[in-house]
Amino acid sequence: MMKKPKRWLGLMAVLVLFTAGVWVGRIMYKTQSTPPPPPTFFRSPPAPDTAGASGDQVITPVSGTVIEVRDGELIQAAVAQARSGDLIRVYPGRYKETVYIDKENISLQGVIQEGKWPTLDGEKELNDAFLYSGNGILIENFKIVNYKGNGVMGQAGNNFVIRNNWVLDAGVYGIFPEFGKNGLIEHNILTGIEDAAIYVGMCDNVDVRHNEVYGNVAGIEIENSRHVLVENNHSYNNTGGILVFITPGLPIKTCYDVIVRNNFVNDNNHVNFGAPGSLVAGIPSGTGILVMAADQVTIENNIITGNNNAGITVTDLAYGANTANDPGVEPNPDRLVILDNIMIDNGNSPVGELKALMMTKLSTRGPDIVAVGGGAGSCIVNRDRYRTVGLGDWAQCQVTDTRAIQTYMLDKPIAPREISEKERVKMAYYGICSGCHAYEVRMVGPPTLVIQALYQNDPQGIADYIVKPEHMREDFPEMPPQKYLSKDLRLALAEYLLTVKQ
Amino acid sequence: MRISDMRFLQFLPGTLSLLLLPIIVLTQRPAPEPIELAKNCPPGFELTDDNRCVSRSLYQQYQSLQNSGVGGLKTGLPKVRDGFSPQQIDLGRYLFFDPILSRDGSLSCASCHNPELGLSDGLTRSVGIDGREGSRNAPSLWNVSFMKSFYWDARANTLEEQMEGPLYAPNEMGTTPHQLLNTLNRLPAYQRLFAQAFPDRSGEKISLKEIYTALAAFECSLISLNSRYDHYAHGYHEALTKQEIEGLNVFRSFVARCAECHTPPLFTNQQIAVLGTPEPDGRPLDPGAEKIFGDATMRAGFKVPSLRNIAKTAPYMHSGRFATLRETVEFYNKGRGHAVPQDEDLRIHWHISEPNLSEYELDRLVDFLKTLTDETFKPRVPEKLASGAEPVHNPNARKMGK
Repeated sequence: MMKKPKRWLGLMAVLVLFTAGVWVGRIMYKTQSTPPPPPTFFRSPPAPDTAGASGDQVITPVSGTVIEVRDGELIQAAVAQARSGDLIRVYPGRYKETVYIDKENISLQGVIQEGKWPTLDGEKELNDAFLYSGNGILIENFKIVNYKGNGVMGQAGNNFVIRNNWVLDAGVYGIFPEFGKNGLIEHNILTGIEDAAIYVGMCDNVDVRHNEVYGNVAGIEIENSRHVLVENNHSYNNTGGILVFITPGLPIKTCYDVIVRNNFVNDNNHVNFGAPGSLVAGIPSGTGILVMAADQVTIENNIITGNNNAGITVTDLAYGANTANDPGVEPNPDRLVILDNIMIDNGNSPVGELKALMMTKLSTRGPDIVAVGGGAGSCIVNRDRYRTVGLGDWAQCQVTDTRAIQTYMLDKPIAPREISEKERVKMAYYGICSGCHAYEVRMVGPPTLVIQALYQNDPQGIADYIVKPEHMREDFPEMPPQKYLSKDLRLALAEYLLTVKQ
Repeated sequence: MRISDMRFLQFLPGTLSLLLLPIIVLTQRPAPEPIELAKNCPPGFELTDDNRCVSRSLYQQYQSLQNSGVGGLKTGLPKVRDGFSPQQIDLGRYLFFDPILSRDGSLSCASCHNPELGLSDGLTRSVGIDGREGSRNAPSLWNVSFMKSFYWDARANTLEEQMEGPLYAPNEMGTTPHQLLNTLNRLPAYQRLFAQAFPDRSGEKISLKEIYTALAAFECSLISLNSRYDHYAHGYHEALTKQEIEGLNVFRSFVARCAECHTPPLFTNQQIAVLGTPEPDGRPLDPGAEKIFGDATMRAGFKVPSLRNIAKTAPYMHSGRFATLRETVEFYNKGRGHAVPQDEDLRIHWHISEPNLSEYELDRLVDFLKTLTDETFKPRVPEKLASGAEPVHNPNARKMGK
């Protein structure tokens, strides 16, 4: 039984050395005058026998042009100019801006030279450093300081990679992808965040690995998400180290299939400086790992030490949450699996409800593992190694490890929804044009029948007209230009319009 | 004689007015030109070979996580309710604007859901028959085909369930199922139109189910998805001004957190949230969802409304407490729970924080909210109604009604 941690430590050492090697190598080989092209390791396919996974499962390869941004310029100007597949390289300097990326497949990469980083500084005046909504966004090698909202926030972008960023006091969340599928968050360092440093909210298929989070209220938070691997992170001196839970009142109401593996979760005894009313404001200082209402969470091979309230806390929503109830949420943590973990020195000074609970057990110390409230179907191995409370109905696990799961990222980027040209044209014709043009009767504009007669064999004429309409007929209002439709779609629409029969 | 002038009916006993109303309508009006129901779908829909209208929009190009219909800019919509026939939708339109659906012929659905007022009524709280005050602000009907629950307190799960409220509430339209069926079944014009809209029906008579279906069909045709914001979302970034984009970025930032509940593409996550907005002076705290779900933690919880066409639907909040968008966004800036009565202990939503937005940012938020306006599919008011009554929903008619 002692073999496993040792082997794991060896693997960890190799990983650390490898990572350090890559890191050192990348910096050493950079020279001031001609930085090398962007690292290719996320673009080349992984060797078939490589364990783990790399970003190329996630990101469509950089295929376009490289746009460079230097101190004194705006990153946003480069984003405005960028097209799908482009890479934006940002050189060391101080950038005070909010960068928003409402485009697809854009890579933003800081260039670190002799220890100098490209730094986004919000000066506690700006809300967010990076906001993105597009798919296929990569953000790496940035130092992000003094924002009020987020370091990096994604809304609905799939296929994201956020890594090698150094985030200091970036506000409420450090790295926060929301509504995203297939993502990688790795090798980031985050501290001074008043809520969660890394917050995976309402996402699917995300790996969170090799990050260092300290001095935050929550280190890593997995909320209302599925298929998430939290591995090889170092989470220390936060109020809570790693949290996996369901927040009620959100539109996606489940959280399951989460693996918390091979992490260091140490001394998470920071005073809670969460905003009053926030969910994390209720987390007791001294919380190592917290599972609230989430299902099928596996906790394996972590080193969980020095967390003064409890090493692992399992709770239902009634105990743990301070929000309005949500009839759509199943509030109990079910089918959890706690495999071997190293747990020492936890529970030195329990607080609040746990302290009261321990008093009833005639103990002034908190436990390694505590489970309160509802929940069913959970199991643990080697429970006798730990000081536990509330695990009476937990079974002995039949499984021993999660080696079969190397990653929860998908094996290739999620493709855009497949839409045939004809379907797209109908969406535009009925979704837009039909507001003013009915087939036979006059609505706002002339009937489709009339347009057909005017432009019999001239779809291009219609396509040109709708982007730059002229006021042709006294008895109709002028048509607004339809510039937001792409050139191809405009022509296809014109062709379709000429064939409409009712 | 106009139906809207027949206020005397309210003083008659219910059964008598019930008998009189159709008689008066039938006797006072010359036989109207027959109304023909539309054979084509309203804008926003494609007609299928089996005579159903299916919804079409550019958002159908996109996916959403767990098919939840919430996310970011290029995110798919929640599941839409469509598939009604053109005739059912058009019949619903005639019913929607017809005051014969109210007890005394003074109000139609459009009285509180007026197309000229964002499918709302511009009032703090709606006014029903006999000038009786409603309890809450009339919600807009734009995009209800995507909604999973109805009413501010989310107490109905279908439009059919919902419409029984205003039709029969004594302080709204005040009719009864009995009166409604009697009235419509005595009007040959409606008999004919219902037969057209429901060709496969078994009976001869108009049923409540048919009335509800037609009204729901019409309401599901009220689509607004082509605002300047949408043009931006689909990739045309010139659609918004620099200041409006600044507003969008405040809106989705985690400082203001607007987008966390007013989530694109519908600008609602359709959840219940406890905000702690102030009630109008002198009114007690509205318990909202607490009463419906029997759960004290949901006290003063209300459904998050969509913000589409929000600039058209002042005043705001369940109570209509805020007259302008600027006042409304200021509420969120004034601190968590600042308006909660002292004797109340509400579980205020965690996103209600103290964002300390600047005046400039508040102005930009309002700029952005105004980009969500799109009324290109605004329904047309029928030129004549099947009952022969005049439409009563315009504000002047309403004043006369009071």
